[in-house]
Amino acid sequence: MGKIVVDVMLKPEILDPQGKAVAAALPRLGFSFATDVRQGKRFEITVDGDVTPAQIAEVEKAAEVLLANPVIETFTVRAE
Amino acid sequence: MALDTVAIAQTSPDTKQPFAELGLKPDEYARIKEILNRRPTSSELAMYSVMWSEHCSYKSSKVHLKQFGEKAPHSDALLVGIGENAGVVDVGQGYAVTFKIESHNHPSFIEPYQGAATGVGGIVRDILTMGARPIAVMDPLRFGPADAPDTKRVLPGIVAGIGGYGNCLGLPNIGGEITFDQTYLGNPLVNALCVGVMRHDQIKLAKASGAGNLVVLFGAKTGGDGIGGVSVLASETFGASGPAKRPSVQVGDPFVEKVLIECSLEIFAEDLVVGIQDLGGAGLSCATSELASGGSGGMQVQLDKVPLRDPSLSPEEILMSESQERMCAIVEPKHIARFLEICAKWDVTVDVIGEVTDGDRLIITWHGEVIVDVPPRTVAHEGPVYNRPLAQPDYINIVNAQVIDVPLPKTAEEIKAAMLTIASTPNLADKSWVTSQYDKYVQGNTILAQPEDAGMVRVDESTQLGVAISTDANANWSYLNPYEGAKLALAEAARNIAVAGAKPLAVTNCLNFGSPEDPGVMWQFAETVRGLADGCLEMGLPVTGGNVSFYNQTGDVAILPTPVIGVLGVIQDVRTRTPMGIPAAGLDLYLLGETKNDLAGSEWAFLHNQRGGQSPTADLQREMKLIDFLLANNSIFKSAHDLSQGGLAATLVEATLKNNVGATITLGDVGIELLSETPSRVLIAIDPKDAAKITYPATKIGTTGGTSLTINGAEISLDELRTVHTSTFPKLFG
Repeated sequence: MGKIVVDVMLKPEILDPQGKAVAAALPRLGFSFATDVRQGKRFEITVDGDVTPAQIAEVEKAAEVLLANPVIETFTVRAE
Repeated sequence: MALDTVAIAQTSPDTKQPFAELGLKPDEYARIKEILNRRPTSSELAMYSVMWSEHCSYKSSKVHLKQFGEKAPHSDALLVGIGENAGVVDVGQGYAVTFKIESHNHPSFIEPYQGAATGVGGIVRDILTMGARPIAVMDPLRFGPADAPDTKRVLPGIVAGIGGYGNCLGLPNIGGEITFDQTYLGNPLVNALCVGVMRHDQIKLAKASGAGNLVVLFGAKTGGDGIGGVSVLASETFGASGPAKRPSVQVGDPFVEKVLIECSLEIFAEDLVVGIQDLGGAGLSCATSELASGGSGGMQVQLDKVPLRDPSLSPEEILMSESQERMCAIVEPKHIARFLEICAKWDVTVDVIGEVTDGDRLIITWHGEVIVDVPPRTVAHEGPVYNRPLAQPDYINIVNAQVIDVPLPKTAEEIKAAMLTIASTPNLADKSWVTSQYDKYVQGNTILAQPEDAGMVRVDESTQLGVAISTDANANWSYLNPYEGAKLALAEAARNIAVAGAKPLAVTNCLNFGSPEDPGVMWQFAETVRGLADGCLEMGLPVTGGNVSFYNQTGDVAILPTPVIGVLGVIQDVRTRTPMGIPAAGLDLYLLGETKNDLAGSEWAFLHNQRGGQSPTADLQREMKLIDFLLANNSIFKSAHDLSQGGLAATLVEATLKNNVGATITLGDVGIELLSETPSRVLIAIDPKDAAKITYPATKIGTTGGTSLTINGAEISLDELRTVHTSTFPKLFG
């Protein structure tokens, strides 16, 4: 069984209130390493057999219309 | 890109500049050069391009909008008029109320959730900027056909965005409208209204005066949101294939806005600001130039002091960024320490970015180099003005000559079928699917909310003083006759206020139209403004402000002319309000006003695909008599409900279903009486013993009681009526 992973992130110029909240919470908990945090989401899609390039292409199409909002988000698709 | 400074601009007059890409016409670009006596720097070009866009400069509408000032009725209630962020009205007891409506149409088409959400955020900041605490919002919406695929995309997103942002702010959403029509496909209208309250002495204005006073930017950090959004989004028609460019949209953060509201109100309460402006469309370009222009004119801003979310932004981008939840204040140096302290308390980012200066130039520097040196009035208030050609479009005479020919119900079966059609058609069906996503009661002051005729909120708990707001537009009538259509929308909004028991006081408007470069659209617009100004003068209601949204069209097809008129009213004691639902059995139902054959522009004609004939003529003297009667006799009405779209049929559906009290109705010419939309009519329920007190032309049409609505023998159980009325939206969008 193959797995296709889609990572979705807000475009860099788009405000990310969730990431901002995390960035503000880190130092309160004693973690001082972060200068910025951006939060995204990850989809793991299971397929029968090994992942084919055709399936990757299809998932890319699906990401365009459903998994990501291309107006404000970018995504990457890869086999894992 | 290398930094373009004033010094460089002076020595390189021939540098090619992308003025056309920024939406400026060649003659506008030439005028900028003439004003500056040199070519603009790229930062100046950015500022002029956004501020001279249709959206910010009102360059096509200004020549018409001045009628609102010229024909302004005398009003003691108006404390601040057109020109400020929002008008302010005296509602008595030392309270002032500010309200305004704005469009966020184009952003909501591109990204429905964030577009609608930031629309709410923007109008709330406009109200806050006047010094008021926002107390309620309202959202009139227009969409393409209810069953169109794109409507299924935009409607749920827009509704969720309005709910998401407004609910997080803790502001009740007390009303609005939802109407569907083919012409809004690809051009949904998202109009957002906010109302706020303050004491008289708390009014704040957008002006920067007093040399040495500090320019302070507070709220969210500046990022690359919606750069050029104003000029690209709101001032350019989408191609028929949809948006070709996908400019970055703004994303709002309602929790930052909530903190900004509380922080600002605390700052206002201690009287720490001289002037204040929110950052909306055109961002810092707008805020700095409007503040400077509103004061003596001189201001110096160090742009490198603006706190950034994205450090790679260029000065041009910082000037054009439309990052949300930001405010710009003018603060005397002696108050700055306390100002910063309050911001720190609320964890609001704040920086002093400049100061007010003697002189009349707005000078902006970037790490010491001068990148902007302009007379601010030329940016903010003295932009181009176009007297665009206008011509009555050909369709007017054609459609006006048409005669509406629709089947009218006569038999019991036909009456029942017509009632079920009216109850279930998307334009008139129950809107709870939408409004239940909004918090209607947060803050505990909501007296009336959708589906009532007007939204009403309490202003003072001890005296029970309240305000009521209604927004209305009938685009069908405006299409047939934009002059009468505007007056009729005004009359309807005022009537809705009076029906609820409040006295109409003032008007705001959001005028949604197609391209101003089309003479036919421009004629519709001019006629609408003329009608609204004449109507407001006749009814004694001042226009306190408003908003114009042009370029609502896909290809050559413009939306129906859609002037959304908001009327604000005051009620001395909210406990005396009149609800729309019939409260009990054993009451008599009277129809106030006269019913004529007004099927042109009606919902019934629309349902039969007919959009022709002549709109009714607005009789505002009659309307005012009706309003006077409603206000004087409020105490005898057990319920009152306005007749508008869908005529008596729709009014009866809503009035009976509200409290599940049936009615038995007898009508003469049943088809016309049920479905005609003659204006100036109200359905009231009274105790039979009060019949003699009705001193306005009225007809007794029935009595209340039972579990059915029976009209001339056609019996429809309220259960059946409710089922069709409430299932339309869940079926379409659930």
